[in-house]
Amino acid sequence: MGKKNPILSQFKSACAICRKDMFIYYLKAPVLIYGLLFPFFLFLAFAIGRDISFESLLPTVLGLSIFFTSSSVGPIIAPWETRMRTLEKLISCPISLEFILLGDILAGFLYGMAVTLILLIFFIPFSVFVMENLFILILGIILSNFCFSCLGILLSSPATDNPSNIMMLSYLVKFPLIFISGVFLPINKLPPLGRLIAKFSPLTYTVDLLRYSSGKDHIYPAAFCLIVLFISIAVFLCIGIFLHRRNLPKRF
Amino acid sequence: MSERKVRKVWEKIGAKKINKVIEVSRLTKRFGNISAVNQITFNVIRGEIFGFLGPNGAGKTTTQRILTGIIEASSGSASIMGFDIKTQALYAKEQIGVVPEMTNVYVDLSAWDNLMLIGSLYGVSKRIRTTRATELLNLFNLYERKNEKTRVFSKGMKQKLLLCMALVHDPKILFLDEPTTGLDVQSSRLIREKILEFNRRGVSVFLTTHNIAEADQLCNRIAIIDHGKIAIIDKPESLKRAFQSVQAIEVSFSELIKDENELREIKGVNKAQKAGDKFRIYTDNPGELIAHLINFSRQQGLRILSLNTLGPDLEEVFVKITEEHRGWNHGKEKSNIESI
Ligand SMILES: Nc1ncnc2c1ncn2[C@@H]1O[C@H](COP(=O)(O)OP(=O)(O)O)[C@@H](O)[C@H]1O
Ligand SMILES: [Mg+2]
Repeated sequence: MGKKNPILSQFKSACAICRKDMFIYYLKAPVLIYGLLFPFFLFLAFAIGRDISFESLLPTVLGLSIFFTSSSVGPIIAPWETRMRTLEKLISCPISLEFILLGDILAGFLYGMAVTLILLIFFIPFSVFVMENLFILILGIILSNFCFSCLGILLSSPATDNPSNIMMLSYLVKFPLIFISGVFLPINKLPPLGRLIAKFSPLTYTVDLLRYSSGKDHIYPAAFCLIVLFISIAVFLCIGIFLHRRNLPKRF
Repeated sequence: MSERKVRKVWEKIGAKKINKVIEVSRLTKRFGNISAVNQITFNVIRGEIFGFLGPNGAGKTTTQRILTGIIEASSGSASIMGFDIKTQALYAKEQIGVVPEMTNVYVDLSAWDNLMLIGSLYGVSKRIRTTRATELLNLFNLYERKNEKTRVFSKGMKQKLLLCMALVHDPKILFLDEPTTGLDVQSSRLIREKILEFNRRGVSVFLTTHNIAEADQLCNRIAIIDHGKIAIIDKPESLKRAFQSVQAIEVSFSELIKDENELREIKGVNKAQKAGDKFRIYTDNPGELIAHLINFSRQQGLRILSLNTLGPDLEEVFVKITEEHRGWNHGKEKSNIESI
């Protein structure tokens, strides 16, 4: 079985890894709890008792779901496979670490995309979208899901075999981000320091894009947001791959 | 000629040309201060079962991990079917099937899905994957249970499935790290039979074990390794004598022995060590020694409380072989000095 096209066959292998992840991890308790239930309850806590119109909730709902759902799969995979001792077999297969990670990222991405699409369908009857901005919206959703899935992989790089350690770490990182990224409170209502930190959170740009595409006031031009998300993906990917590669020997 | 034809021809020539399927040269792996693997050099010849025999902590797993691309060596080089494990890692990995030590199948997937996953990672087409998986599962008596999640499988069944997973892409070399350790007798026997069977079909095998009998039964050549160093590489027949001379008996008496040297003077005792309240006695001939021990206890007015035969002790085999080598070297050095 000579490799006619190494990149293509590596990509096929990454898809096989992604399939495996979907079967095994989508239904694991930590993924369901942190990826679906937790953002749902956060949303409830925010929305209940407040006088907000349903359609104006769109940036909050989608922002929360994209951010938490797509980044919930990645953190569990590496520690879980370290603990279950399936990793060594995987590494002995002719697929490079980068493509294994790509498979894991795809799994998180698809999880996030599925949930986002279901939520979007809910919003359609309220016709909250500005139709001309639909393409930007879809592009933004795709890039955001991919970006936060990469973040999930980055967060799973410490060489522990205890998934709950990583879950804790990822919550330490992710939880503060939602408060300074305009998910609940628009950024221009934040204190100056908050506004400064917000600039460094990719989630800020996701939410801004969502506000833009639902016709609300937004801060940055859409193209700028897309570019920032793109750069964030590149940064998360590079650091994630570097750390995973460095920590891999400690996992055996 | 199309590229594919060229490759085919090349493979044919290559297949005949490469005789050493694994070549290892001065391979070393350090963890901090300790050298888990220390300057080892060996080759595995096409079609053989090569045993890597050594006690716990000898460096067997570390060696296999380096050769299968799991960890990197600190220094030295190795190649698999002519592919350098460092610079052509993916090509080297395509050639081999691996059962790592203490590894696991995906317990959330069925046996079948485990096989399909590994098959697709090796780029095996769906049609061939299906045929091979069916054949292998039947061979290892797992076919009836192929759709069950492997969570419910016994340790032996999981190990058999791991072997199927290592064979699903029809590898040229099989790497097995203590494949029968901790398994029930039936599973062990089946696994050993299958190793021999696949070897007859042309698969070369690198087999790690701490079980002398297993190495003896399966291997064409055995390397004995301890403390990261290979003491000797030889055919099992030639190693028999070394194994025999370090068979051990453990015995305990009702009272203390006044003069332990008397024990050492019994005929057939190569070496006697105190181990707790027992004595561990090394011998070539356990049967004869037991008779002498009984006589000894009668003469001394002692009762034998317990007596166990232990079989050959690997650490001792290693020590003995290394001593023989060293003795030989010393002799040579001495004669050199004398001749000066
Ligand atoms: N990841 C590691 N970190 C530190 N030391 C290790 C590591 N892996 C193995 N060792 C050490 O290397 C030596 C050889 O181990 P190993 O190759 O597992 O032996 P074997 O498989 O023959 O029992 C042991 O002393 C072990 O403690
Ligand atoms: Mg070992």
